Amino acid sequence: MSMRLPCCVRPVAGGFRGRRLRDVHRDDNIIGDCAVAHTETSDTTTRRDFLYIATGAVGAVGAAAMAWPFISQLQPDASVLALSTTEVDLSPIAEGQIVTVQWRGKPIFISHRTPAEIKSAVDTPLSDLKDPQPDSARVKTGKEQWLVVIGICTHLGCVPLGHQGQYNGWFCPCHGSVYDTSGRIRQGPAPLNLELPPYAFTTDTKIVIG
Amino acid sequence: MEGHSTYQPKGKVAQWFESRLPIVGLIHSSAIAYPVPKNLNYMWTFGAILSFMLVCQIVSGVVLAMHYVAYAPVSFARVEHIMRDVNYGWLIRYIHANGASMFFIAVYIHIFRGMYYGSYKAPREVLWILGVIIYLLMMATAFMGYVLPWGQMSFWGATVITNLFSAIPWVGTTIVEWLWGGYSVGDPTLNRFFSLHYLLPFMIAGVVGLHIWALHHVGQNNPDGVDIKNVAKDSVPFTPYATIKDIFAMVVFLIFFSWFIFYIPNYLGHSDNYIPANPLSTPAHIVPEWYFLPFYAILRSIPDKLGGVLAMFAAIAVLAFLPWLDTSKVRSAKYRPLFRQFFWVFAVVAVLLGYMGSQPAEGGALIISRILTAYYFIHFLVILPLLGLFERPKPVPASIADAVLAKAKGGAVVVAGAAGPETK
Repeated sequence: MSMRLPCCVRPVAGGFRGRRLRDVHRDDNIIGDCAVAHTETSDTTTRRDFLYIATGAVGAVGAAAMAWPFISQLQPDASVLALSTTEVDLSPIAEGQIVTVQWRGKPIFISHRTPAEIKSAVDTPLSDLKDPQPDSARVKTGKEQWLVVIGICTHLGCVPLGHQGQYNGWFCPCHGSVYDTSGRIRQGPAPLNLELPPYAFTTDTKIVIG
Repeated sequence: MEGHSTYQPKGKVAQWFESRLPIVGLIHSSAIAYPVPKNLNYMWTFGAILSFMLVCQIVSGVVLAMHYVAYAPVSFARVEHIMRDVNYGWLIRYIHANGASMFFIAVYIHIFRGMYYGSYKAPREVLWILGVIIYLLMMATAFMGYVLPWGQMSFWGATVITNLFSAIPWVGTTIVEWLWGGYSVGDPTLNRFFSLHYLLPFMIAGVVGLHIWALHHVGQNNPDGVDIKNVAKDSVPFTPYATIKDIFAMVVFLIFFSWFIFYIPNYLGHSDNYIPANPLSTPAHIVPEWYFLPFYAILRSIPDKLGGVLAMFAAIAVLAFLPWLDTSKVRSAKYRPLFRQFFWVFAVVAVLLGYMGSQPAEGGALIISRILTAYYFIHFLVILPLLGLFERPKPVPASIADAVLAKAKGGAVVVAGAAGPETK
C-alpha cells in the first residue's frame, strides 16, 4: 500500500529527527541511541511515519473508548430507570378536583374537569392562544374529563397553583404565567402550554404514566 | 538544573502572555527542553506511571463519590448500587480499587529504584523526604478508602488501625474516641474518613508538585549515579525521548492493570469485605491490604502493644533518615559490590515480611517474623552506616557520556579521574 500522508503530519516527524536534536546536540561526536536517525530527509514518507500515525490512531481510539464509561455513568442509572413509570388510580379523584402525583421526580397534575371547565376549554378560539392547540389534542378521546399535564411552568420551571388565575386553570406564582382549564398558556411570560406526559388508560379508572 | 529555559515565545500574543505569566515557558523547560540523563533505564519511568495513577485514582474517585453515600446504614448497599445499577459503575469501581494496588506496586518499584541507585543522597535529600511524605499520605488515603465500602474488613480494619493510637500512654483512649467521634467505629467515623479520603489525594498532588520541583532543581539521578556535567554530551531533551519512553512504559503498565480490572478484579481484595459490617462479630482472620502487610508483620512481631506500634511507625520513619544512614559517597549500587548484595537481601526480607503479615501470627511464623523485623532495622541502622566505611567501591565513570560509551564499546568502564566520591 502506498501511503500519502497529510502534509500536517510530516513536519512533526521531521522535527522529531532533525530540529530538536540539533538544538540540544550540536556536538556530533555523541554516540548513543539519540544520534542514530540523523540522515533521513523529512520529505519522504517512511515506515516510521506510518507507525506514528497508526500508534496515534490506536491511542486516540483507546482514549475515546475509555472516556465513554465516564460519560455514560452520568446518565440515569438502572435504579432511576426502574422508577420511570407511575401507575395512578383515578377513582378517588372527585369531579372538580386536581391531584398531583410524581413521575420521574416531576409533579403531574391530574385534573378531573367539570363539564363547565371542559366547555370553556373547547370553546376557546385557537386565535386567542399563544401556543395554539385544540383541547381535543390534549386529552384522550372519550376521556375528556381527565386532563393529565406535567405540572412545571414552561417559563422557568416553577410549579403553578391549581384553580387560580383569570381562566380558573393554573397560575404560576413565580412570574405570573396564567394557564386555562386545558393547561394552555394564556397570559404571562411562559412560551408554551403545560407539557403532556406520555400516559395510557389501562382500565376505565387507571392510568400508567411513562 | 542548568541548561534549559530556552523558550522564546513566537508571536505578539504569546510574548505578551509570557511576560505576564511565564507558564508556557515553565512547561517548556520542565517537560520539553528539560535535560534527561541519557543512560536512564526503564526503572525511571515509574515517576510518570505514578503521576498517571494519581490522576486515574482522582478521576475514578470523583466519579465514585457522585454515586456513593457515606452513611453507615446504607454505604454497603450504595457500593452494590454502583456495581449493579450505575452505568459502567462496576468498571469504575474496579479501576479505583485495583488502581490503589497498582499505585502501590508502582510506588514500591519507585522506592526500591531510589534505594538501589542511591537517589536519596545529596543533593536529593529533600526530594527523597518529600517522597516519604507522599508515601505516608498514600497509606492514609488507601486505608480510609478501604473503610468506605463498610464491609467486615472495612469495619475491623478501621477498628484495628485506629486502636493503634490507644497504645499511647495516658491519652490513648481519649485520642481514639476523638478519631472515632464516638465510643466505637461508627457512622461519624465513616463520614470523616470519606471527607479525608477525598481531601488527601489533593494534598498528595500538592506534595507531588514539590517533589517534581525539587527533582527538576537538582536534576535526575541515573543508573551510574553521576550528575550531568555537559548537557550536550550527557543528556537528551525530555521531549521526545523521555515523553515517548514514559508513554510506552505506561501502556505496558496499563496492560498489566487491565488484566486485574477485567480478569481478576477481586484477587487483591478480601472476600470478607463483601459481608456487611457487623460491629458484634470479628472475622476469624483479619488482614490488611497487601501493601500494608510488611508493616503489619512488624507490628505483630513485637510482644508489646506500645512497642509494636512504635516499631511499625519507626519502620516507615527510618526511610526519612536514609540519606544520613547511608554513609557511602557513591550513589549507584552498580559501583558498590557489597551494598548490591545487601540491597537484594533487604528486598527479599521486605517481601518475606509481607508474606508473614498474611499468615496467622503464631508458632514458627511468629519467630520468623521477629527475625525478619530485626533484620529490617539492622539493615538501616547497622549495615548501611558501616558499609560506607568498609566497602571499597568500584571506579565510578567520570561522566554519563563515558559510562554510555563504555557500554557501547561493550567493555570496561572508562575511568577518568579518581575513583570514589564524586559528590559532596
